[in-house]
Amino acid sequence: MTDTVTLPNSLRNQPDERGHFGQFGGRFVAETLMPLILDLEREYRAAKADPAFQAEFDDLMEHYVGRPSPLYYAERLTEALRESAPEGHGAKIYFKREELNHTGAHKINNCIGQILLAIRMGKTRIIAETGAGQHGVATATVAARFGLPCTIFMGAKDVERQKPNVFRMKLLGAEVHPVTSGAQTLKDAMNEALRDWVANVHDTFYIIGTAAGPHPYPELVRDFQSVIGTETKAQILRAEGRLPDLLIAAVGGGSNAIGLFHPFLDDRQVAMIGVEAAGKGIETGEHAASLTGGAPGILHGNRTYLLQDEDGQITEAHSISAGLDYPGIGPEHSWLHESGRVDYVPITDAEALDAFQLCCKLEGIIPALESSHALAAVPAKAREMRQDQIIVVNVSGRGDKDIFTVADALGFEL
Amino acid sequence: MTRLSAAFAAARGQGRAALVTFVTAGDPSREATVEILTALVEGGADVIELGMPFTDPMADGPAIQAANLRSLGAGTRTADVLAIACEFRNRHPEVPLVLMGYANTMTRPDPATFAALAENAGVDGVICVDIPPEEADTLAPFGDYGLDVIRLATPTTDAARLPAVLSGASGFVYYVSVAGITGLQQAAQASIEDAVGKLKAATALPIAVGFGVRTPEQAAAIGRVADGVVVGSAIVDLVGQHGMDAPAPVRAYIQSLSAALAAARKEVA
Repeated sequence: MTDTVTLPNSLRNQPDERGHFGQFGGRFVAETLMPLILDLEREYRAAKADPAFQAEFDDLMEHYVGRPSPLYYAERLTEALRESAPEGHGAKIYFKREELNHTGAHKINNCIGQILLAIRMGKTRIIAETGAGQHGVATATVAARFGLPCTIFMGAKDVERQKPNVFRMKLLGAEVHPVTSGAQTLKDAMNEALRDWVANVHDTFYIIGTAAGPHPYPELVRDFQSVIGTETKAQILRAEGRLPDLLIAAVGGGSNAIGLFHPFLDDRQVAMIGVEAAGKGIETGEHAASLTGGAPGILHGNRTYLLQDEDGQITEAHSISAGLDYPGIGPEHSWLHESGRVDYVPITDAEALDAFQLCCKLEGIIPALESSHALAAVPAKAREMRQDQIIVVNVSGRGDKDIFTVADALGFEL
Repeated sequence: MTRLSAAFAAARGQGRAALVTFVTAGDPSREATVEILTALVEGGADVIELGMPFTDPMADGPAIQAANLRSLGAGTRTADVLAIACEFRNRHPEVPLVLMGYANTMTRPDPATFAALAENAGVDGVICVDIPPEEADTLAPFGDYGLDVIRLATPTTDAARLPAVLSGASGFVYYVSVAGITGLQQAAQASIEDAVGKLKAATALPIAVGFGVRTPEQAAAIGRVADGVVVGSAIVDLVGQHGMDAPAPVRAYIQSLSAALAAARKEVA
């Protein structure tokens, strides 16, 4: 977790006491949930100040998750890009290897933190929403580890598309509840999880999977995921003796990105790029790029950029990467976008697929399609940077879960 | 006196609770909703809650979720919801109408513009499910346009929190009797009586109780202690079942509720 910085000009002391990041964030929930959310905030403040809580989190991170994850110099990718770069150009590329974590992605960092909070609050039942199933698997994993019953809400369409993850969750002892309301995808799963929570406030803890939702979720998810950036900082100083010039991460809800970025926000020499899913192209309307193609609005407990029509009806997101297929984005990203501290760029399905294959062939790493979006933003940047400059890309998850999707997109019969 | 306070005062004067009824705008169509609203008034409804359809109604149960989808599927836009309100106001100049829904549709293109349009359409107030007191400044422009912002109290609203909920409340207070979503289960009568007692001690505003009220008997039991009884999902179910032919069964159902409320306190006396 991050230290609270109190410098007046710091970009790291958001949100304010109402959970607002500038005009974004907040607590837009039904009155029934408000007392619970205030309770969660109090309990989180106490946990953050409790060395025993931090010690237990750190211990599980090391021995159960397998942290620290390596910071790896991607030498062949670096060399390959230098060949097509102008003389003296082609930045040195490092991967933050979150895909090596237990369960195969960064999601577990947050789940460990939240289940420790749930236990601290005396809650005896866990619920979560999931899209592709990665957060569902991570939540089912920690629920099994701590012996708590767990219900995962998943859109009926996603249950059909993501059978291996549904089976994983069941193996881990979770009940998977297919959601047939609305569009039957991630946002509807989140609606249904909120409906369950409001009816079971006395005993249930809702483990939200990304740095979004009502305050304090965006803050606490960020803090738990900041282990990524904190480690990266120490590792790059050890490897290179200086900070990187550029950080790149994919943004759906944005938890892996905010986890990498947040510890560096006050290091003004470090540039940052958040990569949104442009799907079939922003101009087609079939995308999941809330910042590039959306507008501020209120959904799922927070004010943030959303894909919506002029009446405020939420529109469907599209991305080849199920983890980025959500019509919103964490509120801190909306704020970092408007403040200009982080540059957000769109990457299409096709560009992500190319990067996926390049990473497999050059580095022997099968990246998640989410992470492939971040990787796709690397070549152009690397070629315009000097050879003594450094890029760190967050390889937030492994791509084993995506091989069926990729095979389908590339026309392979499995 | 506003239309809302007049309606509650009139019911009180008649020794009964006010009947507050909910339907989703545009379900099954804009024209049908206008007729259904008239059926509500003819059946004896005192206050109309007109639901604004939303793609993501996360506080609602299956009945109202389905109504939202039917309405949006029929192409209902915010302009249609306001047109329904306007037509209702022309037909029923004295019956209060409040819009009920979610923040994202009530703040487009911005809260002040929406409030001005609602006021112009003859709307009396709003119930915004996902704006708790902590975010009330979002709805500040509604007050500037003379619209009541109706606050919700719930079983989880404890004594420490109640003053914050009531501060800035106007019109009436909506007591959500069940910690849950709309339309599924009903709270125990004892817990409703206890909660209404506490609310009445803390505010002079009328207290309307809703969530899970379906039968005339349930309505009567609540009507003995509360200033208003809210019925929603049961009406929406009738609309779902009868579609364009809903006005007649809706009118008959509302008559059964209003008769029960009219008799409720007399039985006790």
